[in-house]
Amino acid sequence: MLRHLSEAIGLSGHEAPAREWLRKTWEPFVDELRQDSLGSLIGLKRANSPEASGRPSPKLMIAAHIDEIGLIVSGIDKEFLRIQPVGGSDNRILLGNEVTVHGKRDLPGVVATRPPHVVPKEERDKVVPWDQLFVDVGLPAGQVEKLVKVGDLISTRRELTTLENRRVAGKALDDRACVAVLTLALERLVDVRHEWDVLAVATAQEETGIKGAMTAAYGVAPDLGVALDVTFGNQPGIPEAETYPLGEGPAIAVGPNFHPGLVARLREVAEAEEIPFQVEAIPGRSGTDAWAIQVTREGVPTALVSVPCRYMHQPVEMLDVADVERAARLLAALIAGLEVDFLESLGLSRAPRGGDGIGRQG
Amino acid sequence: MILKQLSEAIGVSGDEGEVRELVLDAVREHVDDVRIDAMGNVLALKRGKGRLQSPRDSERRLRVLVAAHMDEIGLMVVDHDKDGFLRVRPVGGIDARLLPGVLLKVGPERRPGVIGVKPIHLLKDDEQEKVAKIEELAVDIGAKTKEEAQKLAPLGTYATFATRFRELGPTVMGKAFDDRVGCAVLVELLQGEPFRFDLHAAFTVQEEVGLRGASVAAYATDPDCGLALEGTVADDLPKEKEGSPTTELGKGPAVTVMDRSFIADKRLVQLLTSTAEKLDIPYQIKQPGIGGTDSGAIHKTRGGVPSVTVAVPCRYIHSPAAILSLDDFKNTVRLVRESLSRLTARTLATE
Repeated sequence: MLRHLSEAIGLSGHEAPAREWLRKTWEPFVDELRQDSLGSLIGLKRANSPEASGRPSPKLMIAAHIDEIGLIVSGIDKEFLRIQPVGGSDNRILLGNEVTVHGKRDLPGVVATRPPHVVPKEERDKVVPWDQLFVDVGLPAGQVEKLVKVGDLISTRRELTTLENRRVAGKALDDRACVAVLTLALERLVDVRHEWDVLAVATAQEETGIKGAMTAAYGVAPDLGVALDVTFGNQPGIPEAETYPLGEGPAIAVGPNFHPGLVARLREVAEAEEIPFQVEAIPGRSGTDAWAIQVTREGVPTALVSVPCRYMHQPVEMLDVADVERAARLLAALIAGLEVDFLESLGLSRAPRGGDGIGRQG
Repeated sequence: MILKQLSEAIGVSGDEGEVRELVLDAVREHVDDVRIDAMGNVLALKRGKGRLQSPRDSERRLRVLVAAHMDEIGLMVVDHDKDGFLRVRPVGGIDARLLPGVLLKVGPERRPGVIGVKPIHLLKDDEQEKVAKIEELAVDIGAKTKEEAQKLAPLGTYATFATRFRELGPTVMGKAFDDRVGCAVLVELLQGEPFRFDLHAAFTVQEEVGLRGASVAAYATDPDCGLALEGTVADDLPKEKEGSPTTELGKGPAVTVMDRSFIADKRLVQLLTSTAEKLDIPYQIKQPGIGGTDSGAIHKTRGGVPSVTVAVPCRYIHSPAAILSLDDFKNTVRLVRESLSRLTARTLATE
């Protein structure tokens, strides 16, 4: 599944290929599926415990973004394509990357610049600026003109690779690894009683400004929110304080973006289930879907569970598969254990009913 | 297409074994003699059918050395970090700008490894422009400890790009076209009819670290003239200031008149260009002064060997994915074959 999700194409605002694969995968695990107008996929798994009968169940929204960063054709010069980023693409790592240009048909290509043999040393010592990066699809100008136009998307072409110690490397693990976490959690819930409605959301357009989570959360109007994302894995050249080692479990975030009561519950669940976890302190903006969910409508108690991932926004994003599995176990256990009056136990009341349908019974 | 196998084979300078096996399989049936020398060069002899005499010794048939190098650039493990990362140094000319984000094959087990850099989110202002030096990069094979890394990739382990060969239509994309495309041209020459002279084919080692293999191959074969087959720089991307593209894709084989390693023999250049013009084979003269090839070693062997280099233009050589034109490849085979067929002792006897 991780392979499918990593290799699937779905640039921000154009998530369809990845989303359609996910729609089929989620179908057996949820009661209803819909797509919101920005492109997020929302699956509802209704509360199914006896306590749930009668009054409407509270709603837990779990979000993992399905979009990925990429490139867009910004100009055509002879047979070469000029490019600009979609989301936080990093021009330090583009050179030599194989890509797919989504023109009239998919065209394999490579990101290139002029050879080092012919450019002055000062230029070679600098990262190649965007205006000197090109995509070459190896076709003559006449054919390129027919097949590609300005505005066509370009995605990274990279297979998921398995390394030592069940670590994998590939593109778009930010945040498809967490789409996998969410899917694995849904799978675990198949025969499990739970008192809350679960709204699984694969959010669109996170990389271009957390847009999908914003509108999806409005539509769902959840009582609690959990965002799933990747966080910085340990790697050379970065202070340990800013990173979380691979293979030591998912990170539970603390800070202003997160509700202490929900955070405490996550920690209790992890401890009870003997799931190793790390604590990630985020002093402000988390840069994740949690940032948008928290301030939806009248406010939503929100938490963030992260999978440590090295080399973010590079085609070699690397993580430990065990951390993905642990995050899924943590999530499933959280859902299974949420009491119908959990909110009240935090001294909160339920969100007023509202929104546009799915996930709402009242 | 043998170019596909040759491109995907791994053979960093000093570790050319996998390429050597492919070459041996491809040429063995088509040559009179083949051996591997002390450095690992494959030396094959395809005897001539004619009586072309060596200009140096009328008792001897003319000898032509055609060389293509088997090795490619790569990395070598020089240290292991406490967290299991491999520290590496370049083998041959590696452009550090290409390394972040690459997928590698490491060691004889072809273990996957990757190179990543600090995520864009954590960069300080001045870091976005800065190219990380190779000394600052680490290869990650997923090892967790220094001991594990030492066991899986001991000091001296080689690594190079893991690129698959791909057909793009009129062009193909892959790694190590410098110089597996030269090897492919040489294989085609050997698989064809014999010439009137003795063709000594050298699939050389260690070109990328200083033309090491070619120098001993040229000494051993003692040729009357030499020809190096290469994949060379094409620079036809749009540029701010118009200038020579070095070579261009689709414009035919590139003939070198001078590069950083040698000055080509005029008579051999003339033979190539006049043959091309006579037969209407497209060709281009490579912009002088750029690059170096096995000719740089061959031409100064023993008492001196008239030499020339013919190359297939390749975009993005020394990168994980180069692109070349299949027409250029075919025209290079044809130009070399036709030119060598027109070679006589007279070609070399007169200035």
